[in-house]
Amino acid sequence: MTQKLVIIGAGMASGRVIEHLLDADPGAYDITLFNAEPRGNYNRIMLSPVLSGEKTYEEIVTHSDAWYAERGITCRFGEHVVKIDPEMKVVEGENGHVPYDKLVIATGSAPFIIPVPGHDLPGVISYRDLDDTNAMIEAAAKGGKAVVIGGGLLGLEAAAGLKERGMEVTVLHLMGHLMERQLDEAAGYLLRKDLEARGITVKTQASTKAILGEDRARAVLLDSGETLGADLVVMAVGIRPETRLATDAHLDVARGIEVNAQMQTSHPDIYAVGECVEFDGHLFGLVAPLYDQAKVLADSLLDQPNAFVVKELATKLKVTGCDLFSAGDFAEGETRDDIVFRDPARGIYKRLVIEEDRLVGAVMYGDTADGSWFFGLIKDGTDIEEMRETLIFGPAFQGGASADPLSAVAALPPEAEICGCNGVCKGQITSAIERGATDLGAIRATTKASASCGTCTGLVEQLLAVTLGDGYAAPQAQPICGCTHHTHEDVRRLIKSQELKSQAAVWQELGWTTANGCHICRPAVNYYLLADWPLEYQDDPQSRFVNERKHANIQKDGTFSVVPRMWGGITTPDELRAIADAADKYDVPTVKVTGGQRIDLLGVRGEDLPGIWSDLNRAGLVSGHAYSKGLRTVKTCVGTDHCRFGTQDSTGLGIKLEKHLWGSWTPHKLKLAVSGCPRNCAEATCKDIGVICVDSGYEIHVGGAAGMEIKGTELLCKVATEEEAIEVISAMTQIYRENAKYLDRIYKWLAKVGLDWVKTQIVDDLENRKALAARFELSQSVYRKDPWAEHAQDRTTRAQYAPLANLTLEAAE
Amino acid sequence: MSWIDIGHIDDIPLHGARVVKTPGGCVGLFRTGPQQVFAASDRCPHKGGPLSEGIVHGHSVTCPLHNWVFDLNTGQALGADEGRIETYPLRVEAGRLLIDGTAIGKRSAA
Repeated sequence: MTQKLVIIGAGMASGRVIEHLLDADPGAYDITLFNAEPRGNYNRIMLSPVLSGEKTYEEIVTHSDAWYAERGITCRFGEHVVKIDPEMKVVEGENGHVPYDKLVIATGSAPFIIPVPGHDLPGVISYRDLDDTNAMIEAAAKGGKAVVIGGGLLGLEAAAGLKERGMEVTVLHLMGHLMERQLDEAAGYLLRKDLEARGITVKTQASTKAILGEDRARAVLLDSGETLGADLVVMAVGIRPETRLATDAHLDVARGIEVNAQMQTSHPDIYAVGECVEFDGHLFGLVAPLYDQAKVLADSLLDQPNAFVVKELATKLKVTGCDLFSAGDFAEGETRDDIVFRDPARGIYKRLVIEEDRLVGAVMYGDTADGSWFFGLIKDGTDIEEMRETLIFGPAFQGGASADPLSAVAALPPEAEICGCNGVCKGQITSAIERGATDLGAIRATTKASASCGTCTGLVEQLLAVTLGDGYAAPQAQPICGCTHHTHEDVRRLIKSQELKSQAAVWQELGWTTANGCHICRPAVNYYLLADWPLEYQDDPQSRFVNERKHANIQKDGTFSVVPRMWGGITTPDELRAIADAADKYDVPTVKVTGGQRIDLLGVRGEDLPGIWSDLNRAGLVSGHAYSKGLRTVKTCVGTDHCRFGTQDSTGLGIKLEKHLWGSWTPHKLKLAVSGCPRNCAEATCKDIGVICVDSGYEIHVGGAAGMEIKGTELLCKVATEEEAIEVISAMTQIYRENAKYLDRIYKWLAKVGLDWVKTQIVDDLENRKALAARFELSQSVYRKDPWAEHAQDRTTRAQYAPLANLTLEAAE
Repeated sequence: MSWIDIGHIDDIPLHGARVVKTPGGCVGLFRTGPQQVFAASDRCPHKGGPLSEGIVHGHSVTCPLHNWVFDLNTGQALGADEGRIETYPLRVEAGRLLIDGTAIGKRSAA
């Protein structure tokens, strides 16, 4: 026979109970659902996006009116329950009685209001439900000042939302740092810094004394005596279980309504679920345990055995784009050790707390990708002694080269984020695979994972391999060379994430199988290190191909070619005379004009190099880097100075670009050109980076090639001024320097990451463009100088161009 | 054997090389470790590339022209390439580099 089930409260927990009940046995109960709010179940976690305007209420509704109607659920929304009579088994609503066979109390929690004077003035609101959210949106529409009392998750989300809506926001927090229950001091500091960077004022150790105002809130008075003007005051200092109905019905109530592991209260026909309950001394505020409770309760109502257990909780939160994660217990203690990783420049902080070779707590800020893995270690009480040294670098670094990377991927929980760009987690990818996506392309098409920056491609492929087993023929990821199992991409990433700043560190930490690499990996690793750590790492000439070590091009007979720089292809009679004199003095057999508008002196003996450089330096000529994986030339046409078609000063811009970029090392050679009009006499559209001047500004093209492959450029963007053009090109060069595999020209690298991704990074995101340009400039502070002068003037370096000893002379004596 | 002092080990950069001119052609001195130097012909048997301009790694050097790799212990080309370079006895004593004059074909001036 169908029994009558009455549920008080239509929140996320009871909503899940109903779903489980209907799934298991739709006919078991005739359900009546009370809710004090005049609406059904919605995703309360998403109120913050509603507040900030990213989502609408309609988008966060879990169960619509139609959903309830189709399932025959009697909804009594907007109606308060007056009392419960356990003897008569009746619930008394404002609009009448409902008898029950079983009753579920799911009244959730109520915001905690600090009972300071003025707390009940209009303009003081809490942040708990949609009505509160709407009240804040309405208040924010008038602009003005908001004071948020409480620097916990809810308070910060409210603050961020109100700031987003244009209010001037101050957060008051009683404790010494924000979110002290989830974060330690250092992470709290980073969070504060991020919020302040967004224009939110944060005051810690701020105790509210009163809210001032006659007819409505006007200001907040602090214990310190400070007064803060406020058009809106949001109280978000905490929540407490809503237990009034249970207390009145004489159920056992401590801080919350006490339940057993079957979610049963002290009265056998009355159950409770969600934030209103207390189990084994615990209260619950996060959604994961509530969903566990809902499953248990549904089983209990259907007489299925099940028991609720309290699990370790992890918090992974996004507060206005601040990535933070915390799990377990991270208090310090005598028996506890800390492992701390900090990257102040990138705002990254990670701390692991270890007790007796077990991970007991983790706090992460800025980079939380490994959070779920750490959380797993905490939950399972895994013995971490063996991996202790590399533990903080996460699962990718455990066990050295012999470890099976697939097992680490297999061990990730479904909610582990794989693709950071598109926010795709493991579960989405595995379900896409189950629905028939069996290769990388299909995964990209169906989930977007690895479709943006592409750095997670390896992980996605490993997921394919794990999920499909033998059914997946993985494209073989090529290691750099026989010295290592790692690919170029992996090494680049590990150098950054493990902060490896010397070649020895790379060989050691990444398990190189040779003593000091080989001619293939050494130049690549040397480049990656100098690109990532321009100030800390010193370029190693012995890890460079001879051309870059000797700053000249080796020829087939062992002699060298010498190409002085001619900025933008412009030279002078004096420079030409100096070149001619040098050619005479050093018996240069061949003088040739290059394709990049420079003059090449071919056939110079190695030991003569410092001499010819000194001579050329005296005339103001510097290295043309015609030998380097770096900026080669900026080819130009004559532009508006002489040409009747020229639209801009292409020569002038070319010279500026060359002076800005020269000396920089890049993954492969980098050739530029600037054409003064679309007739394109400088052939800019087959260069790595090309500029086409037009009447209204400068078109910046990228990804051309005219070598082993011929490829026209693609348009990156158009800018109005020379300054912008130089900034975009600096950013383009830097993003290529930071991301590309060694020996990939721009066009090859673009084929992997996609022009669209590059556009999002340096065209759409102005801040990022500026940051990239700034990092390029930082590197150039080291490398923008003439290596010829350095080598010719330094006695030790200069000596190395000569033989160590000449035994033929001795013989002749 | 006649040991000739040709210089100090620190005149050669670590993982780098220098040459010594001899009547029989250039000899490359390859510094493979802080206290370890090998002496071998500077001329690649493939196309005559100057091996002292190559990258020194492990106990090997890679020719800068076409990437032939030679084991400096034996002079043998490694990998798929076939060929051999002459190697010469060399001692490091108190930082001084002593090469065997007889072996490099230097006739005594006397």
